[in-house]
Amino acid sequence: MNYIFYWLIVLSIVIGAINGKLPDVVNSILTGAEKSVQIAFSLIGIMAFWLGIMKIAEQSGLVEFIAKLISPITKRLFNEIPPEDPAIGNIAMNFSANALGLTNAATPIGIRAMQDLQKHNIDRKTASNSMCMLLAMNTAGFQLIPATVIAVLVGIGYKNPTEIIAPTLLVTSFTFIIAIIIAKIFQRFSPPQIQEHGGEE
Amino acid sequence: MSFQAVLNIISLWALPFIIVLILTVGMVKEVPIYEVFTEGAKDGFKVAINIIPYLVAIIVAISMLRASGAIEMIANSMAGILARFNIPADVLPVIFVRPLSGSAALGLFSDIATNAGATAYSTKLAAVMVGSSETTFYVLAVYFGSIGIRKFRYALWVGLLADIIAAIMSIVVCSWMF
Repeated sequence: MNYIFYWLIVLSIVIGAINGKLPDVVNSILTGAEKSVQIAFSLIGIMAFWLGIMKIAEQSGLVEFIAKLISPITKRLFNEIPPEDPAIGNIAMNFSANALGLTNAATPIGIRAMQDLQKHNIDRKTASNSMCMLLAMNTAGFQLIPATVIAVLVGIGYKNPTEIIAPTLLVTSFTFIIAIIIAKIFQRFSPPQIQEHGGEE
Repeated sequence: MSFQAVLNIISLWALPFIIVLILTVGMVKEVPIYEVFTEGAKDGFKVAINIIPYLVAIIVAISMLRASGAIEMIANSMAGILARFNIPADVLPVIFVRPLSGSAALGLFSDIATNAGATAYSTKLAAVMVGSSETTFYVLAVYFGSIGIRKFRYALWVGLLADIIAAIMSIVVCSWMF
């Protein structure tokens, strides 16, 4: 991440200078920083709502029930985590919310899952294998119905917007499975996590 | 009932159904739902504040990259090669912008759809590309930022590889289906 951060910024400035867009690049620092804070603040309300709802789901045993239900699959994907841990239930809920295109719910639930995974992490500042797996599932962006894209198509008067659902689903399912396999391969061949900062608490 | 009507019903009812289900199970199991809700919701502010430094780092870097014109440069330099694989030039920037910014990718897609028209191959390909992938950098910043993870290990590479595969698959599937 250090190299990526360095090169993104240095290359932007160099290329911006070549293209004569240096003023734009400098301006984008301000707008980008402002946008980040806007995004974070706009998340507060919906984040609080879903974290509250998910706490109820956890205390009522619903999350645990879902965890049990899907444990045959998650046992293999998240082998560091006990199969009936709330993390597993939250991961399943995160996946379902993503699949249904409920991004507003999926992100807070995913963060709840990350907090649960952090309890099993040996080093609280580096990502555990389970976290990388959850991120792989999320960055692959599996969803059953690409609602925003369809909305744009409807907006421009596309007569049959649902015809893109089948190809999108095909691509996204394939990518989702491949992402999980890639994460598993990395897990096997990347250097193991070293304990530098101690676990949670 | 048409397929589209079914989809509309699902997207309308999914959220209300989940909320009612969770609250009802909570009541049945005699969870003090109001107290527990407020207890859980307390974290909302903390989590949102925690992710600010991570979001600033990633969003500023990506805004700078987009403002510099680098993405157009890469797209232009690759246009010759990619034209051979039947990829329209207007869709190219979408491939590079998709992992960086969700709103920018959606904006590009809207432009393509408006300019090329609803029935154009470009529109369909861009639709599948935007719909089948996620904004990798944003997801990493938010998820890892919320719990203070600094070292992502291989998570970024998995995300980016998945984006490349999604782009290639979109091209393969679209040239086969449309």
